[in-house]
This record gives sequence, C-alpha cells and structure tokens, in this order.
Amino acid sequence: MNKTWWKILGSVLVIYTAIAGLLLGVPRLPILNESIRNLYFHVPMWFAMIVLFSISVFYSIKSLSSKSEVDDIKAVESVNAGIIFGLLGLVTGAIWAKYTWGQFWSFDPKQNFAAISVLLYFAYLILRNAIDEEQKRAKISAIYNIFAFPMMVVLLFVLPRLKDSLHPGNGGNPGFNSYDLDSRMRMVFYPACLGWILIGYWVYTIRFRLRSLENKQQMN
Amino acid sequence: MQLAKEVKYLIHKEVLLEWRSKYTINGVLLYVVSTIFTCYLSFVILSEKERLIWNALFWIIMLFASINGVSKSFLQESRGQQLYSYLLASPGAVLISKTIYNTMLMLVLTTVALGFYMLVFNDYTPPDLLLYYVAVVLGSISFSTVFTMVSAIASKAGNGGMLMAILSFPIIIPVLILLIKLAKNAVDGLPWENSYDEIAMLLVVNVLTVATSLLLFPYLWRD
Repeated sequence: MNKTWWKILGSVLVIYTAIAGLLLGVPRLPILNESIRNLYFHVPMWFAMIVLFSISVFYSIKSLSSKSEVDDIKAVESVNAGIIFGLLGLVTGAIWAKYTWGQFWSFDPKQNFAAISVLLYFAYLILRNAIDEEQKRAKISAIYNIFAFPMMVVLLFVLPRLKDSLHPGNGGNPGFNSYDLDSRMRMVFYPACLGWILIGYWVYTIRFRLRSLENKQQMN
Repeated sequence: MQLAKEVKYLIHKEVLLEWRSKYTINGVLLYVVSTIFTCYLSFVILSEKERLIWNALFWIIMLFASINGVSKSFLQESRGQQLYSYLLASPGAVLISKTIYNTMLMLVLTTVALGFYMLVFNDYTPPDLLLYYVAVVLGSISFSTVFTMVSAIASKAGNGGMLMAILSFPIIIPVLILLIKLAKNAVDGLPWENSYDEIAMLLVVNVLTVATSLLLFPYLWRD
C-alpha cells in the first residue's frame, strides 16, 4: 500500500476529471463557450510534459557526475514519456483549434513554439541513435539534454509573451486567467493537473523498469 | 590569468591556421556570394513592397552560411589535434577561444555579406541601417555561441554534417525568431525603444548559452 497509493490517487483523479470535466457546469465566455472544457484535458498535458522533462534533466546532470547506466536510462525514459504528453498536448490543442479557430493548424506562435520544443527532444533521441558506444552515448546525450533545456524554457515561457497570439489568455482573448477561472473550474482543473502528472510519472517508472529488465537480459 | 593567456594563444593559433590556408573564410564567402547571386538571378528585383522577402532572404542565407562556417571549428579537427590541445590547454580556454574566433569570423562574413547583398539588391536599403547592423552583429554572436557548442557535440558523436543540422535547428529557431523580429523593426523604421526587448532577450539568451556551454564542455572534452 505504501508504494501504490499515488498510483491509485492518480487514476482516481483522472477518472474524476474525465467525468466531472464533461458534466459539471462551466462559465459562459464568448468565443470559448463549451470548448472551455478542453482546459481540463489540454493544459495538464503540458504540465506533465514539463515535469517529465525536468526529471530527465535532473538525471542527465546526475549521470554526468555518477556515470551510472541507471541514471542514463532514467533520463531517456522520462524523455520518451514526456514526448507522448507533448504530442497529446499538440493534438488536443489542434482539435480544439479546429472548432474555435476553424483550422487544425493556424500558425499561431504558441502552436509553433510547442511543436519546435517537441522537435528538440526528437533531436535528442536521434542523437542517441547515432552513437553506438553506451558510455559515450550517455555522456553526449546528457550534455545535449542539459544544453537544450534552457532553450525549451525560452521557447515555451518567454517567447510567447513577446508575440501576439490567439491562444486564450493572450492579447485580450477570454481565457484561463484568474478572473475567468471560477471556483467550479478550479475544482476540476487542479485535480486534473495533479492526476495527469502522477499518471505521467507512472508511465515513466513502468518504461524504466521494462528497459532495465531488457538490459539485464542482454547482459546474460 | 592563466586562462586569459591560453585563450589569447589559442586564438592566435586559430587565426594563423586560417591565414595559412584561407580555406574556411574564402569557402564560406564564395558560398554566400554565390547564394546571394542566385537569389538575385531568381528575383531580379525586389521592390519596396517586398521588403519582408528582402529581410527573410537575408537571414536564410546567413543561417546556412554560418552553419557551414562555424561547424568547421570542431568537425575539421582530427582526433590527434584535439588530443594535442587537450594536453596543452584547459577545456574552458579551448571553448572560449573557439567561440571568440568564430564570432570574429562571422562578423567579417556577415558584414561583407550585408554589403554585397545591398549592392546587388540596390533598390532597397533598410531605413534604419544602424539598427539592422546591430541585429546582424547580435546574429553573428548568437550563431557562433550556439553552433560552436553544437558542433563540439556533433564532432564527438562522430557523425558530422547531418547530425549538426538536426541538433542545431531546434536550438537556433528561438534565436532566429528574435533576430528576424529585431531586423523587421529596422526594416519598418520603428524607433529604437520598440527594439530594446528583443536586444535584451538576445543578450540574455547568449549569456545563458555561453554559461551552459562552459559548464558542460569539460565533460564533453574528456574522452
């Protein structure tokens, strides 16, 4: 029970947000209307992605000093899990944009920057495939991961503030600001973020255990 | 002060090597000039209305020229040469000297390229040429800081050119967006107050890049 309580908590929270997010009342805002419910399914993906990529950078830094294979596997598997959430974030955003803006992809700065930051991590995975020797691969990919992380932070958090975007919350568009987000929405939004972060972490631990077992098998 | 001495000596070495062969600078200059000329032949004339194309074209040419120029710094060195400088100098000194040398190279290159570009497309010069030149200088610095570190990573991974492009494009895009915005301000002739945000952001990004490179390079350099 000690080790499984957070997995149960994560699943319960995600099931709760799936039901409550579709059924509970939401404020009526112009443009957004009912599509505001996407907040519960779109934004938590980015939270989970950021958490997983931060875990990856943490283990990359650790693997540079410890040189242990376990840290390297942890770094790459959290990137693998994070990319899934990044892609889900792009897809949920694109579907929402189809109904609100009329197009899946309308060259909004936020869409573009999110896509580029996912590309950054695909480049990381390709770099790993390019090197055969394990220790060298661990070292060089860890260096690239740490080098790329500040750029991702600039892409996702700094640049969108300099550009005009149609994304809710930018440039006078009604959005998920503090005064728009009323207490009914908070009841679902915060549990959704926590739940998806826990699920993301769970996916990462499963992937890590699977990879370690595969490695052990190859050794024998 | 040991570091400053090493950096000075290494820059001297780089310049001397380049001066003897003149391979990189001439090669990249010829590359830039022929690209600009190809663009000129295909567009023939860019009128006042098409100044956005004028700006975009310049940065595309600069991006590819600088990838070609800067990636040489680590990729063309043989393993023996790298081992030799590993024994003689500290990793910090190697990285700083390469970055400064690449910045100098890029400054010469972009200045010549901008001059030739305006000569060929002589119907149009940006109204605020000084601000445009500031953007060009900041661009040279940012390209060389980012590409120097990425070329070091690519050379250690041992898979040259293709890896260099894949690894550097996602990193350089945020910088490029800021540069194009700044250059567009100059093309539109906006007052300087509108550009302080971009200039400050570019400086911050450069400081960030150099700081992370300096922290990470020692690990990369030790084989």
